[in-house]
Amino acid sequence: MNDSLKKLRAIYPADRFLEADAQLAAYASDALTAFHSLPRAVVLPETSEEVIDTVRFCHDQQVAFVARGSGTSLSGGSLPVSDGIVIGLNRLNKILELDSKNRIALVQPGVINLHVSEAAQPYGLHYAPDPSSQQVCTIGGNVAFNSGGAHCLKYGMTANHVLGIQAVLATGEVVTFGGRSRESLGPDTTGLFCGSEGLFGVALEITLRLIPQAGCYHTVLAGYRSLQDAGNAVAQIIASGLLPGAMEIMDALAIEAAEAAVACGYPPGAEAVLIVELEGPHEVIECERETLHTVLASTAAFQTKTAANATERMTIWKGRKSAFSAVGRISPDFIVQDGVVPRLRLGEALQQIGEMADVAKIRVANVFHAGDGNLHPLILYDGREPGALTRAEELAGRILEMCVAMGGSITGEHGVGLEKRDYLGTMFSQHTIDTMQRVRAAFDPRKIANPGKMFPGSDPADSQQATSGLRGLHPLEKAGIISRE
Amino acid sequence: MLAPTSLTELQEAIRSHPQVLAVGARTKPRLSQVDDCTLLSMRGLSGITEYQPSEYTFTALAGTPLHELEQVLTEQGQAMPFDPLLSRAGSTLGGATATGLSGPGRFRYGGIRDFLLGLTYIDGTGQPIRTGSRVVKNAAGFDLPKLMVGSLGRFGVLAELTFKVFPAFRARISLQVECTDCHQATERLIEAACSRWELLALDYDPAQKRLLLQLGGPQRALEQIAADIENRWPGDVQPIESCTADTCWETIRTLGLDLTESEQAPTRPTRASQTVVAQVALTPTVVPELEQKLGSMEGVNSHYSVGGNVATLICQQPDNIPPISKLLAELQLVGLVLQGCDAPLWLGTTQPTAIDRAIKTALDPQCRFPSYDIANLQADHVAHH
Repeated sequence: MNDSLKKLRAIYPADRFLEADAQLAAYASDALTAFHSLPRAVVLPETSEEVIDTVRFCHDQQVAFVARGSGTSLSGGSLPVSDGIVIGLNRLNKILELDSKNRIALVQPGVINLHVSEAAQPYGLHYAPDPSSQQVCTIGGNVAFNSGGAHCLKYGMTANHVLGIQAVLATGEVVTFGGRSRESLGPDTTGLFCGSEGLFGVALEITLRLIPQAGCYHTVLAGYRSLQDAGNAVAQIIASGLLPGAMEIMDALAIEAAEAAVACGYPPGAEAVLIVELEGPHEVIECERETLHTVLASTAAFQTKTAANATERMTIWKGRKSAFSAVGRISPDFIVQDGVVPRLRLGEALQQIGEMADVAKIRVANVFHAGDGNLHPLILYDGREPGALTRAEELAGRILEMCVAMGGSITGEHGVGLEKRDYLGTMFSQHTIDTMQRVRAAFDPRKIANPGKMFPGSDPADSQQATSGLRGLHPLEKAGIISRE
Repeated sequence: MLAPTSLTELQEAIRSHPQVLAVGARTKPRLSQVDDCTLLSMRGLSGITEYQPSEYTFTALAGTPLHELEQVLTEQGQAMPFDPLLSRAGSTLGGATATGLSGPGRFRYGGIRDFLLGLTYIDGTGQPIRTGSRVVKNAAGFDLPKLMVGSLGRFGVLAELTFKVFPAFRARISLQVECTDCHQATERLIEAACSRWELLALDYDPAQKRLLLQLGGPQRALEQIAADIENRWPGDVQPIESCTADTCWETIRTLGLDLTESEQAPTRPTRASQTVVAQVALTPTVVPELEQKLGSMEGVNSHYSVGGNVATLICQQPDNIPPISKLLAELQLVGLVLQGCDAPLWLGTTQPTAIDRAIKTALDPQCRFPSYDIANLQADHVAHH
């Protein structure tokens, strides 16, 4: 069978061309751990030329490929196609240029998100998008899935911080979109490439926009007796004209798990906590903090705690950032959903999720980006029980349908991937999906780039697609390095 | 020119004409100058269809004048952070999106691409395509809304758009920083752009040898930050009185064009058509070289906005367009001509690639909207003369 890979094997030394089952197993799943699929081979390029040669081989031989960074996709976006090739991009991890004068970074796709900000730090700059897996996730993956984070309301998502992309398309054509300027003229193909979920090709070099670091932070934790009260507080903050960098809410189950895991010191007895963070020049924060505290005092908060220093700020965030992996301690398995609802309907959405969970007899913890209306219900289940995963998925599906019915979205920041592809049609008409398929065909007429993702199942590769089986926390979650948000 | 007043009429107009191009208030006349094409005025498709201030979003029809939107948002203490251009001249939301250009205030949070959340456009078969979403965060499906930004009506007719908005700043302060020459101005421009001051706008006016800075936020904080800026460049920083500042920024937003203002019937620029106005995308470090080379050409005025990321070039002598285009190509820059009917649409480096053509074919298989290649051939033609 592998004779057909002869030309591909010739591109790589033996240690960067993996085809033994034991080697492939490490790539069989991503952070959507409920699914796995063994690829035919994994290649580990160290140069752009090797990536280009690999894609051209796949195009010539009509072999499916999946480009992969650190495998932190929560939607199964980097799940291999069985009988396909995985292109592991972690070795393309150079920051090629840090141009502080023009405030841009030119990076390879395997560069870790956090490393960009670390490199920019000496110049007083940083890279704004901060998915909670930022210690391990790569810029290439962030671009493919237009990753978000806790600061999206104010700063936008990955696409808002990508100025230019050099990529090899699935046809083997090498293209350059955008450039180094913050302004672009003509159709925004850079913006189109972001969030294309690997269906267009592989980004080789990415030009990122850097922004000055915030002068100071003001982080407040408020405890509430009900989720509704916490939701109302968000509405009051918005109405006050403040634009916080982040506004996050956790419910009682999530608080309980976080407290048990990291002892974050959240208010005892709270049914919900709200984290609000202001950021900017200290002169501005001095004024805005007064406004914030006046607003919070008028809400139903029974306890308010302000971080007095960087350590206390990190403690507040530690509870939030560890919430998902902490939930793993109280349930063997869970699914994270990522729907978005209009902010005004947050309370209603949470109530409905609670009711649906009760009916299904499934426990659901809630952690969400309240400023964006971006829900992250954690649907708890035990994969050892027959049918438990299916029941959890059915509940997840009903939550997504509720989000769309409320005028929201099936995904705020995780992407559609494998997980939500059957729900794309709840948001878009068939005519719109057909148009998207034509755009996809412009980049990839042979449907070899990450087939089986985003679009409702019609790709040839679908029949060979993933099977559920691997369960439990992702190894990186167990290590407390990443979390699902 | 056709003027549909409903979505149905718009769909019918597209279906019944071989090739169409949507236009708004035509404040950027070069962009609607396309041969053998029926123009569709979008002014009849106007109005806000949804606005929930608490959601930080609004949805409006494409022909809605920007100044109307600004008025409604202001009443709720909100604003479009991309700082639309030419709004007082009657520019429309759809026109601004199709052009993809933003005003000096886009320096702080980003341009029109960064605030567009979703849209409906009518494709060449007359059918609506709804993409993106109406909520502030969405990652479902291809980001076709972004592709429409700057597409100049080549893929379809924008019908309805949803944008994210932000709270308006309570106060603004503008400062000018005198500079000895372009090199010093660029150094200061770069320093200010990287500073902790969180400037709202940062422009360079070469004719006056000064930087223009704008701050937004609580008045007390702005006064303190302004004092810090004055300490950084003692003697060179002066506050600009608010009325003068408003005029100054508004002039920048109108790209220095002579525009006749009228609420009822916004008119096109009255500046003689041989005056070419172009926007060029660049980076701050290129400013000195571009400025020096432009300086040797007569009748060319320049202004640098968005921290040196956008240049507006005003050229009184059409003979200078080919050398300007050549200069931009040498610097690997691209310019878009907004006014100047005899000038090519694109200046500088404009080479359509196979994927550009494939995207165009995918979205407009029936070629019901103008192609890009004509514009590019014109650019090449002029550049080679």
